[in-house]
Amino acid sequence: MLDAFLLIVMQTVVLLATAPLMVGLIRKVKARLQCRRGASVVQPYADLIKLFRKQPVVSSTTSWIFTATPYILFASTLAAGLLVPVFISRTPLSFAGNIIALVYLLAVGTFFLMLAGLDAGSAFGGMGSSREAIVASLTEPAMMLSIFAIALTAGSTNLSTIVHKTALLEGIMTDPSPHLMAFAALVIVAIAETGRVPVDNPATHLELTMIHEAMILEYSGRYLALVEWAAGLKLLVFLTLIANVFAPWGIATSMESAALGVGLAAYLVKVSGLAVLIGILESMFAKLRLFRVTDLLGAAFILALLGLVFFYVLRG
Amino acid sequence: MLNLLWILLGGYVAGILLPLCLPRQPNAHIITATVPAIAATSAGVVLGLLGLTSSEPVTGSLASTIPLLTFAIRIDPLAAFFVLTISVAGLAASIYAIGYLQHFDGRASIPMLGSLFNGFLLSMTLVVLADNGFFFLMVWELMSLLSYFLVVSEHEKAAVRYAGLFYLIMTHVGTVFIILTFLIFFQAGGSFAFDTFRHPEQPLPESMKTIAFLMALVGFGTKAGIVPLHVWLPYAHPAAPSHISALMSGVMIKTAIYALIRVYFDFLGGQFPWWWGFVILVIGAVSALLGVMYALMEHDLKSLLAYHSVENIGIILLGIGAGMIFQTYGLKEFAALGLLAALYHTINHAAFKALLFLGAGSLLYATHTRNMEEYGGLLRRMPWTGACFLIGSVSIVALPPTNGFVSEWLVFQSLFLSFHIPDTFLKLMLPLAAAILALTGALALACFAKAFGISFLALPRSTHARHAREAPIPMRIGMALLATVCVALGLGPMVVVPLLDRVVAPFTGVSIENQVLALDGWALATVDVEFSSLSPPVLALLLGGLAVLGLGIVAAFGGFVKRRYYKTWGCGINLTPRMEYTATGFVQPIKRVFSSIYQPTVKLETEFLQESQYFAKRRRFEFHVEPVFQKYLYDPVLAFVAALAGRLRVIQAGSLHLYLTYIFVTLIVLLLFAV
Repeated sequence: MLDAFLLIVMQTVVLLATAPLMVGLIRKVKARLQCRRGASVVQPYADLIKLFRKQPVVSSTTSWIFTATPYILFASTLAAGLLVPVFISRTPLSFAGNIIALVYLLAVGTFFLMLAGLDAGSAFGGMGSSREAIVASLTEPAMMLSIFAIALTAGSTNLSTIVHKTALLEGIMTDPSPHLMAFAALVIVAIAETGRVPVDNPATHLELTMIHEAMILEYSGRYLALVEWAAGLKLLVFLTLIANVFAPWGIATSMESAALGVGLAAYLVKVSGLAVLIGILESMFAKLRLFRVTDLLGAAFILALLGLVFFYVLRG
Repeated sequence: MLNLLWILLGGYVAGILLPLCLPRQPNAHIITATVPAIAATSAGVVLGLLGLTSSEPVTGSLASTIPLLTFAIRIDPLAAFFVLTISVAGLAASIYAIGYLQHFDGRASIPMLGSLFNGFLLSMTLVVLADNGFFFLMVWELMSLLSYFLVVSEHEKAAVRYAGLFYLIMTHVGTVFIILTFLIFFQAGGSFAFDTFRHPEQPLPESMKTIAFLMALVGFGTKAGIVPLHVWLPYAHPAAPSHISALMSGVMIKTAIYALIRVYFDFLGGQFPWWWGFVILVIGAVSALLGVMYALMEHDLKSLLAYHSVENIGIILLGIGAGMIFQTYGLKEFAALGLLAALYHTINHAAFKALLFLGAGSLLYATHTRNMEEYGGLLRRMPWTGACFLIGSVSIVALPPTNGFVSEWLVFQSLFLSFHIPDTFLKLMLPLAAAILALTGALALACFAKAFGISFLALPRSTHARHAREAPIPMRIGMALLATVCVALGLGPMVVVPLLDRVVAPFTGVSIENQVLALDGWALATVDVEFSSLSPPVLALLLGGLAVLGLGIVAAFGGFVKRRYYKTWGCGINLTPRMEYTATGFVQPIKRVFSSIYQPTVKLETEFLQESQYFAKRRRFEFHVEPVFQKYLYDPVLAFVAALAGRLRVIQAGSLHLYLTYIFVTLIVLLLFAV
């Protein structure tokens, strides 16, 4: 019991501490690829502390939804993170919810952000919420099918079991093609869900291109800090999911401290690698028009479906 | 238990008669209409719970002088579950009605409305209790007629009359198919008693079983509102007074789900070819998706909620369909899981849909309009209604740890278990159904972000909304009751699952209680904890704890700096409600992406200034969603019927001699057949 509690605390701290780093890392990679020096990778930490200390300005038209949303968003995103194995394959809270619960926990944040976007009453927020609605709607089927393909290959929908079995290579990967297709689909889903290029641009403040940034336009001070932190966390949750489901190399499968240390180091290397990859992908592509995003997410859906078909065909 | 039943019946009968007997005294009418209903529904709640836990079904009957008809009732776990569902929603609606009827004063006859309300609740309760086909059809018809009268209670409006007529015709077409279903069973057993339906003397041939399956699907499907038989639902449900809408959408359509389970799993013995389940699954998926899609385009709050009933019936049917498919292949545990998921969603939907309709009623009460574009800023003016509506919204869009999420999770889980089915086609179809359910869920999220966001947040969009006042206390209690039920159903699956297991076990032959409840009841699991698990109470604790952590972080890093209130940034102009995003604008991207389904027609007329083509004097924007089903399915049928009727008019000459000739010819023909 105490062990489990310690692990939960450790995982919370690791997630909270790593999230801003990933944001900083992606920014750095993008800057280097644009031949700029870029801000230090720890800049997001400084930004967060600055925001926490600033006086927040709250729109006088808003209701309690607006001020409660950052806390709800922060809590639900972090809760989703606690369901995913991070450095140990048998993460203690895994029993509280499987991969479907994870998807829906992230939806909690999306829902309340959409409400908060509407609450201030400006057209920007409404526009962001409206666009987020369509992107989230189109992402969901692809996400569910790719999850299904993964669950099939591992014979479980519990994240801990999936990661644990994959880590010990129990009856998995006899034919990698379904896995690879689900992987590709999930990467596209992750990009869309976390608001990265080519679906959304986290660096923009131009009303024609904003989605996530438009929803949170009215936030400032500590509220903005929590929202930004949660956005980083959501990105990290997806990176962790992809890293540990498809490549659980090095993850601790027992409670020994040496294994935990290796697991933590391997985790940081893996998610950093994925963050660099996302930075490169963001630099390679231009942002798509909103109504072209359909094609991209449709492709993700088809990929996941093919993964499923391949699984059944190969298994006979 | 029979004593409770007498209280229940007595309460409703008192509620039917008393309001009509008293002299004109509005307040007395309200009390005599609602207090007996409150007593009866409370008895119904207890009766339902007792029936769910008792080991033996309770039966009772009164003979009648009409051949084949006995007033037989039977309280088995399935019936008890539906009595519970009806009574919970009925109780909340009765309390709500105390406040709501005062507002109704003068526009409709309160004694009549109260009497019909009690009769409607009574007929629904008897539908699920009936143990005789004849009796069932009688109370079913009674339920349909009483709900028709309730729908047209504001009959001075043309739209209401149209909705009522549409509903009346559709429900009777459905009833014809139900009668045919029962006649098939009657033919095999020679009696209308449900027991002979279950165990006929000679078993039904397969072909008759298939016909019975299809007839029941059309007959009860019409009442349930499955696509494409749903068209009456978005007209009729919103037209009724709101507490009636809550019952129609939350509970009445569930009587059809009850009847489907009764016919398929009980009368037909739970033995089906695979395609039966597949048909139900496809209908479920299509209803779920189209229901939510049409809901998105509705800006009339009550119509939006009515379309969501189509969606949720679809989700329930997904669970039933998956259960039937598993049953075909002898996977009994999974069949039980599918059915359990469907029933869980049934009671959940009854709770949150009734809650949302009551909420819509409060908005109507406060603003005198159902048009969402005229709401706005109501959360500040109606905090109680707003909070209850928010709970209903997060439940219907299945956000963890609410009740909607728990049941949808179970539906997902039963669809995920499809890899055990020894048939590749079905193995691929069930995951596709899961993907459609995921899309449905995401669109529902968008729909309620719209419904809540546009109605309750930002600035009021009309004078009515600006002057809105909170609903009276009885209305708030009614809503709060259902909100509590929603929360309890979400956090307490360890109590709900064993009860539902008792409903399902007789039909599948296995009890899955111990399998589904893992970790001392703290978590739900399908198959085992290693395969999947979900713990709503732990998730709730976790979310609460982490929100506190968020507060702690704020305190640690910056302290709670006093916040400053200032107007929203409007690019230098003062913000007015006209600048806000509208409901129409909000769904525009969705309308565009799915334009092949909506087939929207957009009309934009612009009148320019004479001096310049760049400045518009006025613009007129119109947009319509093509009512595909009405245009391509119903209109041709209606045109055919009308044409046929026109032809048949020839024989109606109005001459008495001619009619006598008809009778004579008929007699001759009949005698010829008799010989």
